[in-house]
Amino acid sequence: MLEDKDRIFQNLYNDLGADFSSAKNRGDWKDTKEICEKGRNWIINEIKSSELRGRGGAGFPTGLKWSFAPKEIGSRPHYLVINADESEPGTCKDRDILRFEPHKLIEGCLIASYAVNAHACYIYIRGEYYNEGQKLKNAIDEAYENGLLGKNASGTDWDFDIYIHYGAGAYICGEETALLESIEGKKGQPRLKPPFPALIGLYGCPTIINNVETISVVPTILRRGAKWFASLGRPKNTGTKIYCISGNVNNPCNVEEEMGITLKELIQKHAGGVVGGWDNLKAVIPGGSSMPLLPKSKCDTIKMDFDDCVENKTGLGTAGIVVINNDQDIIKCMARIARFYKHESCGQCTPCREGAGWMWRMLERMAKGEATRDEVDMLMDVTKQIEGHTICAFGEGSAWPIQALLRNFRDEIFERNKFDPVIKKQKNVPYLVDQHLLEKENA
Amino acid sequence: MSFKKIAKEQPDKFEFNKKNLELAKKIISNYPEGKQQSAVMALLYISQRQNNNWVPLAAMKYIAKFLTMPYIKVYEVATFYTMYNLAPVGDYFFQICTTTPCMIRGAYKLVDVCKKKISKNESKISKNGKSSWMEVECLGACVNAPMIQINENYFEDLDPEKLEKIIDKINVNETPKPGSYRGRTSSEPENIRKTLLGNKNA
Repeated sequence: MLEDKDRIFQNLYNDLGADFSSAKNRGDWKDTKEICEKGRNWIINEIKSSELRGRGGAGFPTGLKWSFAPKEIGSRPHYLVINADESEPGTCKDRDILRFEPHKLIEGCLIASYAVNAHACYIYIRGEYYNEGQKLKNAIDEAYENGLLGKNASGTDWDFDIYIHYGAGAYICGEETALLESIEGKKGQPRLKPPFPALIGLYGCPTIINNVETISVVPTILRRGAKWFASLGRPKNTGTKIYCISGNVNNPCNVEEEMGITLKELIQKHAGGVVGGWDNLKAVIPGGSSMPLLPKSKCDTIKMDFDDCVENKTGLGTAGIVVINNDQDIIKCMARIARFYKHESCGQCTPCREGAGWMWRMLERMAKGEATRDEVDMLMDVTKQIEGHTICAFGEGSAWPIQALLRNFRDEIFERNKFDPVIKKQKNVPYLVDQHLLEKENA
Repeated sequence: MSFKKIAKEQPDKFEFNKKNLELAKKIISNYPEGKQQSAVMALLYISQRQNNNWVPLAAMKYIAKFLTMPYIKVYEVATFYTMYNLAPVGDYFFQICTTTPCMIRGAYKLVDVCKKKISKNESKISKNGKSSWMEVECLGACVNAPMIQINENYFEDLDPEKLEKIIDKINVNETPKPGSYRGRTSSEPENIRKTLLGNKNA
């Protein structure tokens, strides 16, 4: 288990208070000026050698991302955008950072902006987190009062402003280009890439977009050194991560742990075990709803980091662990996730807009046992038609969980759906019979 | 993309009051010059707060003029995002998270309570005119499931009895206390916490 002194988010459970003076006591805002004085290249190289990977789901190396920003400010200003549009089912880590560690985020914004030459930063918070946003606003005001932001921020000779932009309940705005569209005051529909936001982003200007957790760990990495951060976890999967453990566990919680901790240890030690004991476990979604689920057999050994998850045909995603035990109907659980994706599809690409609804309706039928056996393969076919045929990763996000369900629980679906499509007696099954035949006068 | 019904009865006129006008101007100044369109989401929120928690069409027209952008673009934004209510809702607007992590901890039991105590159908205002309810997608408090949002506040770690008590309180004009209903202050593991104990005891 990670030692307490190596935990970055000391106030994860709000024992110490989130205000400026308590944050300062914890070491936030210490030597910010000196860190910036070491220069942009030093900051970016330090982040590169710490091997920090983005905590928002895709796991892209942060230092590399920052190095894509143009070195000098040209005719267009640079922007830093923080993605706090946390809506992935199973994930609630950013909320705690916004509530309890806002100064880590604000300081990280300053350092990151300095490194990528941005004078302005927009923090995009989902609209439902209104109270969390107000807490962050208070923290930003405190920082302005203390001269840490604004003109000559923290004495670095760098003018820097932070603005909060509230979303309004659209999951898709967590996708970075949709988020930019949303800040520009449009519908949140993702843009085609390339051009990538690092060159053409917000208002057509170079923009770096990072997750809340990624930016919040930056000041601590720079203070304690990249070596310290890289010594935690495994190579290429370094550092610590906040895991959110929800679902059928005895004590659902958020906990900061080392990357590469085993899933079993997380659940057993921190979350009080599965309801009904470990043997009652059915499946685990390891990284938020869009990552494929794991059957119990894999849960015993899997390590929670980016690479080991990929080896096990899933992904770490946002590390929102949803535990499902045998008391639940797994098909129904996945049908509910499919309904989520049907609701949240932005409607731009046809395969996703239409396919998400198909998948939901087919799964609902399968949960009731009204589907035919052929439909299981048909559903797999639908997921394959969506995956890879959309502008953004939402298509994969909606298709992968269902593919994993079909891969791992095929027998269970077959067992429930013994329905014979040949209609032997009159039965009211509207989706199998042409609608007009059901009305007697037309028959 | 969700289907949203627009209220049939619409007010003829809408204007920001003085306080909100200043607020709107301040928000516009957050964005670079000429990019005032960015403020449309915030302005829709302001109009929603001013108008009993829903956005009338007149407000969209007003905002379009205010930001010198086409009305249809404002309409697009207002209908795309789910948090803008385009029809009247109760003073207490219950949003019940029913996505999988909440569902497996019993969110649909909360829906049943709302059906029983508020109104039979979603988005219908209760008989006493105080509340309405709606199923929503993940609200991002999964470790405190099941949970609901009433207006801006989260009510966490609920069960049907506790929700019934909350509704009863509202019906006798009391304001229920937001936060966890099992005494948690954050997302720490109850009773078995093993980390950051030094801070806890400090």
